Amino acid sequence: MTSANPAIIFQNVCKKFENSRTNAVDHVDVTIQEGEFITILGSSGCGKTTLLKMVNRLYEPDEGKILLFGEDISTVDAVKVRRRIGYVIQQVGLFPHMTIGENVAVVPKLLKWKKEKIDARVKELLTLVGLEPEEYENRYPSQLSGGQQQRVGLARALAIDPKIMLLDEPFGAIDAINRLNLQDELLRIHGGLGKTFLFVTHDIHEAFKMGDRVIIMNEGEICQFDTPRHIAAHPANDFVEMLIRSAREQEQIFFDACQ
Amino acid sequence: MLQLTMAYFQNNMESFLLAVRQHMWISLLSLLAACVIGIPCGYAATRYARGEKWITGFFQILRIIPSLAVLILLIPIMGTGIKPAMTALVLLAVPPILMNTVVGLKEVPDFMLETARGIGMTERQVLWKVKFPLALPMIFTGVKTAMVEIIASATLAAKIGAGGLGGLIFTGLGLNRTDLLLIGGISVAVLSLTAALLLDVLSGLIMRYKKAEK
Repeated sequence: MTSANPAIIFQNVCKKFENSRTNAVDHVDVTIQEGEFITILGSSGCGKTTLLKMVNRLYEPDEGKILLFGEDISTVDAVKVRRRIGYVIQQVGLFPHMTIGENVAVVPKLLKWKKEKIDARVKELLTLVGLEPEEYENRYPSQLSGGQQQRVGLARALAIDPKIMLLDEPFGAIDAINRLNLQDELLRIHGGLGKTFLFVTHDIHEAFKMGDRVIIMNEGEICQFDTPRHIAAHPANDFVEMLIRSAREQEQIFFDACQ
Repeated sequence: MLQLTMAYFQNNMESFLLAVRQHMWISLLSLLAACVIGIPCGYAATRYARGEKWITGFFQILRIIPSLAVLILLIPIMGTGIKPAMTALVLLAVPPILMNTVVGLKEVPDFMLETARGIGMTERQVLWKVKFPLALPMIFTGVKTAMVEIIASATLAAKIGAGGLGGLIFTGLGLNRTDLLLIGGISVAVLSLTAALLLDVLSGLIMRYKKAEK
């Protein structure tokens, strides 16, 4: 699965916010290969979203650099960087004044694609995320359920075929059953496209299920970056061990309940 | 009374229609001018935090002065006629448009702007494709408020010779003729209601997605 081609490299990246004494992201050095599905796991305030937002330059690092396919993004116009990257957030952020079709077509339209090409792409993407184009294309976001909206959010992010996808707790506000469905479909989509996914979550089950490799963060630092199997077998420090123990204890509840 | 009214329309149809036309023109032009001033000023106020207090404060103070007083105060500067009348109406109409523009723009949620930037819109595209469209319902409400105020206050414009339906009312007051008062008053009311209705239809056409939310 992993080719030798690094998609994202963080080199000694630090980010500090005003009015804060400590670094939100503290000396992060990570290399992500093309085609990998990486999950970033940590509790709220650990810096995982900050790390993600530096990749599409919504935040700028104070120190260090970020390379996308070997290119230092601080030397590229921010808008250009973002147009190479798909971006999905928890609140979805569909534009309420545009139909589902128009939402998916936003960026292709900005890039002045031909109308036929845009129409075909919208239909293709809605089908890919499991929404019947004829039925949904002309509806407005407010007429869709949360899960359906996030499917559209995903389709919009995939519109111009970015090589890298950033997902910031995309399923955080979705009920458990729908979330499982969406997780499976996201894995299916990832498998078929060969894109690099960076997926932030605070749910350890989600992180271990989705990630080829998992980044575990605490207080701005990376505690461990490895495959789920390795992390479970060899937790790097107390924090990781505690995380895994808490997940096991949760499972124990169901186990006990079934006895 | 009915006879008097009929007689008025038989003899004065032309001047009545002229008054209606004048009234509509003064109102429409003032409203357009108020939009041209109010909306960019509202945007500027949200853009430059320090400017907001000054801009909104300035127009709020102007608004406190009664329209009639503004009209009279403007006579020594601009004389009589349509110009001072429109100036007074514009001053009256700018604050609701400006305030609603400010509120509308500020109410656009941050995550919406962040997604817009995140998917690769330039700042200008964020403004025109996301910020303004989402603030539009609020701006429209401001425009509607302003318009109703303008149409009602344009009646006063007749006082300084700008014409309009106010002429009828002031003549009616002077001659103690209830029929003229009623014709003038009801016409202004009908005009105001029609305009409000038209704006509603227009906003419904522009903001179709609002219907979907219901």
